[in-house]
Amino acid sequence: MADLKKQIIEALNLKHLKPEDIGDEQSLFVEGLGLDSIDALELIVLLQQQYNIKMANPQDGPQIFKSVKTMAEYIRANQPA
Amino acid sequence: MTSLSVVYPKFYKMDHLSQLGFLAMEVLARESQVMRRYVSEQVALVLSNANASLDTDKVYFKTTKTMASPALFVYTLTNIVTGELCIRHGIKGENAFFVFPKFDSVLLCDYVNMVMASEKTQACVAGWVDVMGDQHDVFLYLVEKQKKISSLEHSAEQLQKLYQLKYGTVDGRS
Repeated sequence: MADLKKQIIEALNLKHLKPEDIGDEQSLFVEGLGLDSIDALELIVLLQQQYNIKMANPQDGPQIFKSVKTMAEYIRANQPA
Repeated sequence: MTSLSVVYPKFYKMDHLSQLGFLAMEVLARESQVMRRYVSEQVALVLSNANASLDTDKVYFKTTKTMASPALFVYTLTNIVTGELCIRHGIKGENAFFVFPKFDSVLLCDYVNMVMASEKTQACVAGWVDVMGDQHDVFLYLVEKQKKISSLEHSAEQLQKLYQLKYGTVDGRS
């Protein structure tokens, strides 16, 4: 998950954060990391670029991007062999 | 950001144009305390530059060849810098952004005077915020209806002199 945190920091320009600042289960949006809708789009791009995963249903976004842990679980379950 | 001691995580997500405007406005707002002396609706913002958002447009265009970046795309409009400043400082008065071939003290002064003529506007932050590659050029100033003894006259000539002072020259002389 440390790599994923690094990728999130890089993709979203969160230069004020280090990977260890982001909790595995910390909420990424609103009261947690404070990401916004543009960041959500960047996370979709990150999945596609880094893991070759195209989100089949954008409505699943809130569940997938709930935390780094849920993102990692989604990547593990959907990464092409 | 260390010397200004500003905690604003969104700064790192901004494009260079917005970052430049942000830093200049931090200094102006801190020195003048303008947002403490007026309500949000009384403060206007009028900016200008020569390169519009071209610096960011070029970076964004590169990303379109692989995967277009939504975070860059939102900055491919010149007036996003005014929006960022309005959000940061709670400015709710009139705002505008003009693209001139070069710093135009006459047009800027005329427009700001027109904005200041409205009954609602009590103060206006105006100036020039331009970025292209590693070239940065920023000049912000504050106009207020209520003059202080130390206030300078708001005229095109005065603006041109102040703008040129940034480069250590007045009227083209060193």
